[in-house]
Formats: sequence, C-alpha cells, structure tokens
Amino acid sequence: MTERIEVRKTWKLYVGGAFVRSESGRTFEVNDATGAFVANAAKASRKDARDAVLAARKGHLAWSAATAYNRGQVLYRVAEMMEGRRAQFVADVRVAEGVDAPSAEQQVDAAIDRMVWYAGWADKLAQVLGTNNPVAGSYFNFTIPAPTGVVAAVAPQHSSLLGLVSVVAPIAVGGNASVVIASAPRPGPAITLTEVLATSDVPAGVVNLLTGDPVEVMPWLAAHADVNALDLTGVDDADLAVALERDAAGTVKRVRRAASTDWEAAPGLGRIRSFLEMKTVWHPMGV
Amino acid sequence: MNTRSAPSGLDARPESLSRFLHGLPGVDEVGVAGRAAGLATRSIKQDSKRWAIDTAISMVDLTTLEGADTPGKVRAICAKAMRPDPTDDSVPRVAAVCVYGDLVAVARETVGDAVHIAAVATAFPSGRASLEVKLHDTRDAVAAGADEIDMVIDRGAFLAGDYDLVYDEIVAVKAACGTAHLKVILETGELRTLDNVRRASWLAMLAGADFIKTSTGKVSPAATPEVTLVMLQAVRDFHVRTGRRIGVKAAGGIRTSKEAIRYLVLVNETVGDAWLTPDLFRFGASSLLNDLLLQRQRMASGHYSGPDYVTID
Amino acid sequence: MTFEYAPAPESASIVDIASSYGLFIGGEFVDATSGRSFKSVNPATEEVLADISEAGADDVDRAVRSARTAFESWGSLPGRERAKYLFRIARLVQERARELAVLETIDNGKPIRESRDVDVPLVAAHFFYHAGWADKLEYAGLGRDPRPLGVAAQVIPWNFPLLMLAWKVAPALACGNTVVLKPAETTSLSALAFADICRQAELPAGVVNIVTGAGDTGRLLVEHPGVDKVAFTGSTEVGKAIQRAVAGTGKRLTLELGGKAANIVFDDAPIDEAIEGVVNGIFFNQGHVCCAGSRLLLQESIADEALASLKRRLSTLRLGDPLDKNTDIGAINSLEQLERIRHLAGVGDDEGAERWTADCQLPAKGYWFAPTVFTGVTQAHRIAREEIFGPVLSVLTFRTPDEAVEKANNTPYGLSAGIWTEKGSRILWMADRMRAGVVWANTFNRFDPTSPFGGFKESGFGREGGLHGLAAYLEASDD
Repeated sequence: MTERIEVRKTWKLYVGGAFVRSESGRTFEVNDATGAFVANAAKASRKDARDAVLAARKGHLAWSAATAYNRGQVLYRVAEMMEGRRAQFVADVRVAEGVDAPSAEQQVDAAIDRMVWYAGWADKLAQVLGTNNPVAGSYFNFTIPAPTGVVAAVAPQHSSLLGLVSVVAPIAVGGNASVVIASAPRPGPAITLTEVLATSDVPAGVVNLLTGDPVEVMPWLAAHADVNALDLTGVDDADLAVALERDAAGTVKRVRRAASTDWEAAPGLGRIRSFLEMKTVWHPMGV
Repeated sequence: MNTRSAPSGLDARPESLSRFLHGLPGVDEVGVAGRAAGLATRSIKQDSKRWAIDTAISMVDLTTLEGADTPGKVRAICAKAMRPDPTDDSVPRVAAVCVYGDLVAVARETVGDAVHIAAVATAFPSGRASLEVKLHDTRDAVAAGADEIDMVIDRGAFLAGDYDLVYDEIVAVKAACGTAHLKVILETGELRTLDNVRRASWLAMLAGADFIKTSTGKVSPAATPEVTLVMLQAVRDFHVRTGRRIGVKAAGGIRTSKEAIRYLVLVNETVGDAWLTPDLFRFGASSLLNDLLLQRQRMASGHYSGPDYVTID
Repeated sequence: MTFEYAPAPESASIVDIASSYGLFIGGEFVDATSGRSFKSVNPATEEVLADISEAGADDVDRAVRSARTAFESWGSLPGRERAKYLFRIARLVQERARELAVLETIDNGKPIRESRDVDVPLVAAHFFYHAGWADKLEYAGLGRDPRPLGVAAQVIPWNFPLLMLAWKVAPALACGNTVVLKPAETTSLSALAFADICRQAELPAGVVNIVTGAGDTGRLLVEHPGVDKVAFTGSTEVGKAIQRAVAGTGKRLTLELGGKAANIVFDDAPIDEAIEGVVNGIFFNQGHVCCAGSRLLLQESIADEALASLKRRLSTLRLGDPLDKNTDIGAINSLEQLERIRHLAGVGDDEGAERWTADCQLPAKGYWFAPTVFTGVTQAHRIAREEIFGPVLSVLTFRTPDEAVEKANNTPYGLSAGIWTEKGSRILWMADRMRAGVVWANTFNRFDPTSPFGGFKESGFGREGGLHGLAAYLEASDD
C-alpha cells in the first residue's frame, strides 16, 4: 500500500485578517529541533511591516470602540478555538522546541489558560486601574485606562506559544492592536495561532503576525510614526534592543524593554499596564 | 452672547417666551463662582478706593423695610440720604431712599427732589396678592411721590413655567408706574439656579424693566457676586441686542465697603464703565452706608475711625 | 466715569535674595567645582537677581553620590517616618507661602495672583497628599511588594518652577527614593528656597540635592550612570533626546512634554463660562503651560458671536507688573522665549492668518507679549500645529462633533483637551474619543494633587499626581 502524501500548509503572514505572502516574495526555511525541514515561512519585509501598521491602526479603531465585555468574549473565544486545536498546538510546539509530549502539552495548556486569564481582565481593568479622584473643589474627577494604540512587539524567541500568547493577549485585552514578529527560529505555533485568530471573531487588524527577522523588520516599526509603543520582550540582541529603544524616542513611543521572563509563572498586570494610557476627566458639579 | 436663539427683534414679546428663555445658553455654576472669586481678588487701593467708595455711596438705595418702621425712622434715613456724613460736605448723596408705600409721602416731604424715592410695591416681599392689589399698591406709591417702584415677580409662577403670567404682570405694573422707573426684583434666592436667574433677567427686561434687582432682602441668600455677575451678563447682552441699557441692583446682605467695591469690580469688568453710575447700578442696603463712611473717614484722616463717628438711624 | 485701579504691588521685602548661590548637595550649600556661574534675571525688569552656580560633571557626580548614600537609609526608613518629613515640608511651604509666591513671581515673571493663589497652595497640597501615601504604598494596587527605585534624576521647566519641583520631589520621596533635581536655568531661586525648607524640616542630608545649571547640567544628570530613574518635564525635543540617552541603560523614565490642546466649544455651551475657560486656557501663566488650550475649536454656528465675546473679554485683561495684585498677564519668562513667540506669531502672519491683539500698553523694560488671537487658522498652519508656549491663541472652526474630534486629535501631541457643551452625553462621547491624558469638560486648567496628569503620544508617558503618579517611583515584584 502506498503511503499517503501529506498535504502541506503554506506558511503566510497574517495581516489585516488575511493570510498573505510577503510582498517581497521572500521566504526562509524553518527547521525542527533536529534540523529537518519543516516549511518555508514568509520573510516579512519593511513594506509588510508598513501594511501591518496600516491594518493595525484600522483594527485598533474597531477594537477600542468595542465594549470591554465584547473584547473579553472575543478573547475567550480565542481560548475556545485554541482548545479545539490543542493537539495541533502540541505537535507544533514539539516540532518547534524539540520537547517531549508532556512538556508540550503543559505549555499548550498553560497558553490556553493564560488566554482565558487575560480575557477575563477586559471588563475589570477600568475598575482595578481606574480611580475616582477627590479633588479639592466642586468637580467630579475620574481616571480611566485607554489603549495606547498600535503596539509593535517581538515575541519571545524560545517560548514559541506560551511566550507568544503571553505577549499578544495583554496588549489586546486593553484595546490595542499589535504587529507581532513571531519567534524567528520557531514560528510554527504562531502560524497556527493566526488560524485561531482568524476564526475567533477578532476584528481584522487587531493582531497582525509577521514571520521573519526582527533585526530587519523591527527598526522600521520602531521608527514608524504611527506605532505608539514597542514591546521588546523577544529581542535577545542587546545592541538591537538599545537601537530600537533609541529609535522609539523619535515619536516618544512607550517601550517595554527586553527581559527574561519565566513564562510559567503567574503574570501580574505589568504587561497590560504598559500599553494603557490613563485619561483623567474633570467636570464641574453644580446646579 | 446670550441671544443666538432670540427672535431678531426684541421690541415685541417673543412668540413663545418659554422657547426663548429656554433657548438662552446654560450657566455653569462652578464657572461663575470661579470667575466671581477671581474678580474678588482685585486689590483696590488709594485713589481708586476713594473713587470707589464715593461711587458706591452715590449708588446706595438707603433702605428701611421693617414692619416697625415709623415716620420718624423714615425721616432719619432721609436726612442721612441727603447728607450721609454731617461732618463732611464732600460726601455725595445716596441715590435713593427705599421704603414701604405707606411711608413714601413722609420720605418725599423730607427729601424734596434731592434724592429718588423708591417704594417696594406689588405685595412685597412675597408678591402673593391679586394683580389688582399689586397695581393698586403701585399706583398708590407713585401717587404718594415715589419715582421708583421696586416690584417683585411671582416666583411661584416663574418656577411653574408660567412665564406669560410673570411677563404680563411686569407689563401691567410698568404701565401703572407711569413715569416712575421700574425695578424688577427676581428674588434670586428663591429661583435657586443661575439658569433661572438668567431667564428671569431676560424675562424682566423683555417685559420692560428699567432695572433688574436681585432680592427683597427678606430671603437668604440675597445678593451674591455670582447672581449679580449673571445678571450683569444679561444686561450686557440685552444691550448688545437692543442698544438699551438696563440697570442692575444688588440688594440685601452687602454690609461692608470691601464687598461693595467687589461689586463695582464685577460691574467694571463685566459690563464696563457705562454702568458705573447710579442710573445703572445700585446697592440696596442699610448698614453698608456706615461702613463706606467709616472707610472714607479712615482714608481721609489716615487713621481708623469708630462706630461713634457715624450716625445711627 | 472710569474705574482705574491704582497700583497695588505686593511687597518684595518679604524675600531675601542672596547675591550668589551655590549648589545644594548633601544637605548643605557648596561651591560648584566647575567654577562657572550664570545670572538669574527678573524678566519683568531685566534686573539681575543673583549669580547662580553652574554644576559641572564633578558636581553632578557628587550630587548623585550624595543621593545614593542617602538612599541607603532613606529607602529603608519606615514609611510612617518618611511621611512625617513630607508633612513637615507641606507645613513649611504654607508658613512661607507669601515669601515663596513673591520669589516665584520675581524670578519667573508670572502674576502674583497666580503664584499666590495657584502655584504655592498646590505645592503645599502636593506634599500633603504624598505624605499620606508614604506608609500606604502597598494599598496603591501597583503590584506586589512595591519598592523605591533608588536615585531619581529630575529635570524641571521654568513655567511653574516650584510646582514642578513639588510634582517631582513629593512622590519620589514618599516612595522612598532620593533625588537630584535640576531646576531650569532661568528659574532656580524657588528651588534654592526649597533647599532651605529641607533644612528647616531637618530632612536627612542628601535626600534632596539641587544642582543648578542649563541644558548641559541636565544632560550630565540624566546620563549619570548612578541614576536609577529619570523624570523630565519640558519640551518634546529635549524629551526625545533624553529618551534616546537613557536607551539601553535600564533607567526608568517618565516624560511630561509639550502639547497643542484643542479647546472645543459647541453651540450649546455655557458660553460665558466657556469664554472664561478659553481665556484661562491660553492666557493663564502667559500661555507658558504645556496643557494650554492653544487651539480654540469653535462650532461654526456660534463662531462670530463667540469671537466677539472673546475679544471683549480679552480687552479687560491687565498686563504689567507681575507683583501687582491686579495683574492678569505677567512677563514672558526670558528673551529667548519672547523671541520664539514673536517668531511663531510672525509665521502666523506669513501664513495668512488674521492677527488680533488686545489693546494694552507694554512696559518699556522687560519681556512682554500682548494677548494675541489668530483667526482664519486651519490645521495646515504651523500656528495650529507647533507649541508656541505663549499668549497666542489659534482659532479654528468645525461643524460636527466628528469633525471636532478629528481636528482635536490631529496632532502628534496628546496632553489635554477641553470640551464645552451643556449636553452630558456629548461630553462623555467626546471625552472617550479625545486622545489626551487630561480632558477638562466645562472647565480648563484645573490641577490637583489627587488628579493624575500626563500625556498621550508625543506629550510623553507616565503620570504625575494621584495614585497613578506613584507608579513612576516604584517597582513591584510582579510588574
């Protein structure tokens, strides 16, 4: 009996809710932990990054206009879709990271649970992070969080799924849109995540996922005037991190610096807070 | 300006008073308080203070409105009105003496034509009487020699939204005044909101008031800088629209020179010089005059004066 | 009859300005090893007030080391003890309020009415508010186990010299940090007076250090490797340079930069209060306010009437001697700033906007600029885009709420915005859409220590004041 030939998937970029090839036509070879060929991933160019920022800006407008309840439901829907593809994610993580099944399962479960955890924050942030300020005068004064806008992020290079979800979710939950560069050597789980996002009611452009080399693409994003913040979590190259942080100053972007993180540990609100602006509103109280 | 939704001509009664008055811009109470407090920090010293004190004296409607008023009391305040400081001829006369209708004749007899006689009329202070009684009250005072009538509006009707009734009453009282000037008392302490103060100001001006006046002095709060500021804005805007200058009288609760000078600052910086005359701004007060005189003596002599150096009425 | 206000100058005898000042390092005034100094000038008279030391590299190093040494004990002092020092400072500011107000007015040029009624009371309030936080930081909800960062380098501007000091120093100290502060070179005197307040409060030596100087001193300070935290208030241009300079150092950074706020007046606004708010929005402190409402957006249906009212109101503003208690508009802080304002106003003329200036006499000496309104301005004009930081208002119009939102947000800045309408739901709708850190609805330019202040976009990041302001001076284990 002849062995059935597997139908392979073409790995594409995920921009504005669509799966696209790099405008540059370039790809790069992705290998598994043993060095065997897995796929040719699209190698994002500066123009892909530009398109992604355009899509993200649109996505941000829709996403930030949605109710917090709705954002929470959509992110929970992402977790539901992830659960449905649990086996695929486990396989992806095993290929990408070369770990055994129990370890991959543990990571996938943690990633799904993390998405659920963040989803639940959507309609609580304003309550936990907002304040009512007792000013000395006849004014009602309150402070509420507002999304920063478009965030360009580099996902962790090693933790291909749990790390990725831990970067994407806190940006999204506050109402931001992101342009995320997946782990350069291990983009497989990110590719599957884009398929999840595409089927989870996440508005187009809210999460845009690029594969390729952060060294090539990130400087364009760091200098892009319509990007409001950078998340440099996955930038392992210290010189690149400094250069990006410097570029960010051109338009006073908020920067979350590179840091080694234990992705297994329970996160705090720090990541969410990094991409929120506090808006304070005054109004007189009189008759 | 306060007139954007007004009909183009304000000579006649607006087609719908309610629509017109409710089309006036809102008043933000906190903003008004802030503006009044800001102007209250003006520091008026030396020559400007001297000028302000004399100007304030000349704007006083020296008032006695007690159930216990007697002809003797009225003659006393009339004497004081004509010569506020017996030791100093340079002190100006006050603008008017303000009394109840039954004492107008006594007052007129005492002052001759030297100062105006204002009579409170129209069932002052509550205004709770029939129009017929109010008109009779008015005619009676005018006949006795009053050349200024301080009427009260029907606050109940105003608060109930019956603007036509209030308007018609003012028109009728104005007619009953003949040549006497009509001051319309809004009794702002009962109107409660500055939006109402603005609307009542316009209502009174549209109906023919020569002056709009804050209070009877019988309800607390009486005149406040905030209320007066809103009324000054109304007369300013009315002037812009019609070319007619309506006066403002701040009455009740103003006891010190410092307060009076703050009111003059309000006038100066809201409507300008043109209103800094007894023809267009008045203080309805009794004890204020003595404080103005004490301050005047202080400035003239260089030392502080005492209550035994001004006359008690 | 005209009501002229006689001169009513506040007495300057309450302040005692020394002929020269050293640096305040380690709890005492020391000479600058740089040997350099500069003059501080009264901008209303051009009179030289004092000779101020310019801190060089060695001086800055000494100040940072002093702060580091002090941090060893201050950072671990129980919060309840730190609190008492801050309460003391608040009381001392109140006790010396008149002196501080006069000093601020002489050195800065702002009207005494403002330094007396706004700046100094807010300084005291800031120390009071933050004093109470010192032993309650774990309740702020800013993460588990909040800890101070260490040495904070703080660089402040000249527009609210003592108030900006308070905004920086009070939260830093409350959270257990020590401070090296650099005031602006044209307004050092109130910071040096604050050094004396630290002495009277018996604040431990080195907890607050003050190094005077210009941009070079500021650069040396923020770039000093011994600094853990940089806080800057000033121009966006310098803020960007600082952000570049601290890149890769791991120093925590907060920036409070420029603005070009829209003050939006709808046709149903409480118009008299709106006009007051517009005046206060741009002519408060000579327009030297980063959150100034420098772009007036008028709904077209009321634009002509509102402009007439505005001009009438501006004609009553009193410009002149800042020490006169009746002065509304004081002096421009420096010749340099005056020239910048003149230049940008000239650009407005060149671009075809129509200039209107309040009719007022400018004193012969000193730096002055009459309140100015440009009409016929569009989004494409430079005077609608660039921060002028002076008493110059650009007037634009709009037709619909959407257009107002679009125009208001169409700027790289995002510090503040004003909304004037009597319609509650429109206020909330607008406030939600403003890309700005502070939204004043039916009011403008209000400040309070409990109310967080800071910008979106190129107006900077981080907040000052309120619970959120504490985050700039703390780190938590789960951040």
